[in-house]
Amino acid sequence: MENVQIWTYVLVGITFSVYIGIAIWSRAGSTKEFYVAGGGVSPLANGMATAADWMSAASFISMAGLISFMGYDGAVYLMGWTGGYVLLALLLAPYLRKFGKFTVPDFIGERYYSNTARIVAVLCALLVSFTYVAGQMRGVGVVFSRFLEVDINTGVVIGMVIVLFYAVLGGMKGITYTQVAQYCILIFAFMVPAIFISIQMTGNPIPQLGMGSKGTDGVYLLEKLNGLSAQLGFAEYTQGTKSVIDVFAITAALMVGTAGLPHVIVRFFTVKRVRDARKSAGLALLFIAILYTTAPAVAVFARTNLINTVSGKEYSRLPEWFSNWEKTGLLAFEDKNGDGLVHYAADPQKNELHVDRDIMVLANPEIAALPAWVIALVASGGLAAALSTAAGLLLVISASVSHDLIKKIFNPNITEKQELIAARISAIGAVCVAGYFGINPPGFVAAVVALAFGLGAASFFPAIVLGIFYKKMNKEGAITGMVVGTSLMLFYMLKFKFGLFDGGKIAVEGLKSQWWFGISPEGFGTIAMLVNFTVSLVVNRFTKDVPENVQAMVENIRIPSGAGEATH
Amino acid sequence: MSTEKSQTKAADKADRYWKTNLRYLAILLSIWFVVSYGAGILFRESLDTIEIGGFPLGFWFAQQGSIYVFVILIFVYVRLMNRLDSQYGFEED
Repeated sequence: MENVQIWTYVLVGITFSVYIGIAIWSRAGSTKEFYVAGGGVSPLANGMATAADWMSAASFISMAGLISFMGYDGAVYLMGWTGGYVLLALLLAPYLRKFGKFTVPDFIGERYYSNTARIVAVLCALLVSFTYVAGQMRGVGVVFSRFLEVDINTGVVIGMVIVLFYAVLGGMKGITYTQVAQYCILIFAFMVPAIFISIQMTGNPIPQLGMGSKGTDGVYLLEKLNGLSAQLGFAEYTQGTKSVIDVFAITAALMVGTAGLPHVIVRFFTVKRVRDARKSAGLALLFIAILYTTAPAVAVFARTNLINTVSGKEYSRLPEWFSNWEKTGLLAFEDKNGDGLVHYAADPQKNELHVDRDIMVLANPEIAALPAWVIALVASGGLAAALSTAAGLLLVISASVSHDLIKKIFNPNITEKQELIAARISAIGAVCVAGYFGINPPGFVAAVVALAFGLGAASFFPAIVLGIFYKKMNKEGAITGMVVGTSLMLFYMLKFKFGLFDGGKIAVEGLKSQWWFGISPEGFGTIAMLVNFTVSLVVNRFTKDVPENVQAMVENIRIPSGAGEATH
Repeated sequence: MSTEKSQTKAADKADRYWKTNLRYLAILLSIWFVVSYGAGILFRESLDTIEIGGFPLGFWFAQQGSIYVFVILIFVYVRLMNRLDSQYGFEED
């Protein structure tokens, strides 16, 4: 472990110095620089920054592990968190770029000519971003504690100071260029162990192909894993256990939710032209796809490795990494029948092995006996993923407060300089709140992240799409739609995820049979979104027409340039 | 009179541009739907009977193939729209 720690200190130290260096170089001097990096970011840089912004601690650390325990069902995350970019590129990004303001509530407020709409949008943006950022700060703390053996809380505070430094100083400009660096680090850190392991297990250096290749024993890896899973009483790996309708609904909710997340949308305000917005959405997805097509391969390798190394083996003769990770509590062995062998099984009565899903990525290099520097690389990659997402979210929070609330609603006379100060102060405030939640995590972080996607789907997505594609959509319809969609999503989540109306968390399992249409709370965003669309259109029919100038504005944003100007 | 005429002409042009854009969207989003929700979810079971290398085909679409297609779709859209913009003289700068 000693060697690993030295490597980790060195790599984390180098990457953190890079972030701070970039922050000093890219200080923001105006609100435009603070909110949208001056609007002159190249498509390539924006693509990388979006990818880093998007891929959180969860994508980097947890996703592959999650998939390795879900098998086929893991596809909901793989498709859900990538397919949303097609919606983003085709339906939202180019038009929002043409609209050319600073925030998502900006668009909602102006398109629906109403400060009520703006406030509803600000509340949704804050709710989504805060729930998300808490998990990120926690992720920073967890990586620190596992690899450097410092206290989790100390880790959170170190992370806060770093983010504070470059987000407050550089605003979107600082964040963008640190995210570019963070993308490079995190993708390198994810790919190196994956390639190593793919070669070890299949002889193929490309994990995406290795996953479908034959192992060293000449049997196809997936076939072998199906067999192993069945032996232990699990579902076949390529089959999964969720119902088709639930897989459908969850995938759709995650896709639409992705396209409705304010910290992702706002990245497309930072490029120069409409065509750059389209192109950078494509590049962003390409950069994301590198990790997202590798993760399912890592899942297959890790699961096979784990079963082969541990299942049915003598506890006393397990490799050293097993006891290393036992200390962290992420691996646990309980010899129920006292025979000294590790029985791993689907049946909770017989199962003696507890494996935390995060371990699949974090311990993977050790399980595969890779060199110390690779293990250290994974630590700095995890930190890069968590910090980049946290910074993007913090910016949305600070812009919502200083721009949407203070400048647009409470005090329109504020000067540029004062607004910039307000933006920095709200960023500091947001970091502190995020840090607080990182140190005292609410027990429901994971549940709440699913809620964030549901809310993105149920609130923003319909309002923005209708705002662009249906120029007769009026404010009454849009506001009612957002309020009804969001409330319905909240209600369903509270009822079926928290059991609030049926006696608390214990009731959750029993309520499963009452799910509407058999759809889980994670997938309910799809239904809430459809309800939002329907309510918006119905209310729209029976209320006042949209003013001429707003319709003209919609016609204008549909065209990249030229003729657009005539309609002002 | 002539300005009025040129205005309707401009509006007409914008309208045609928008309709073409909508047609592209309809085609590309249909493909988007077919590879993910179709091949990866609804018809996965029957596709799984076909194996390519070690992959059951439906499983491959769900965990690999659909993502590749998503990337391609966006770049196709970028090309189509850049061409459309220049056809209509709507490019920026």
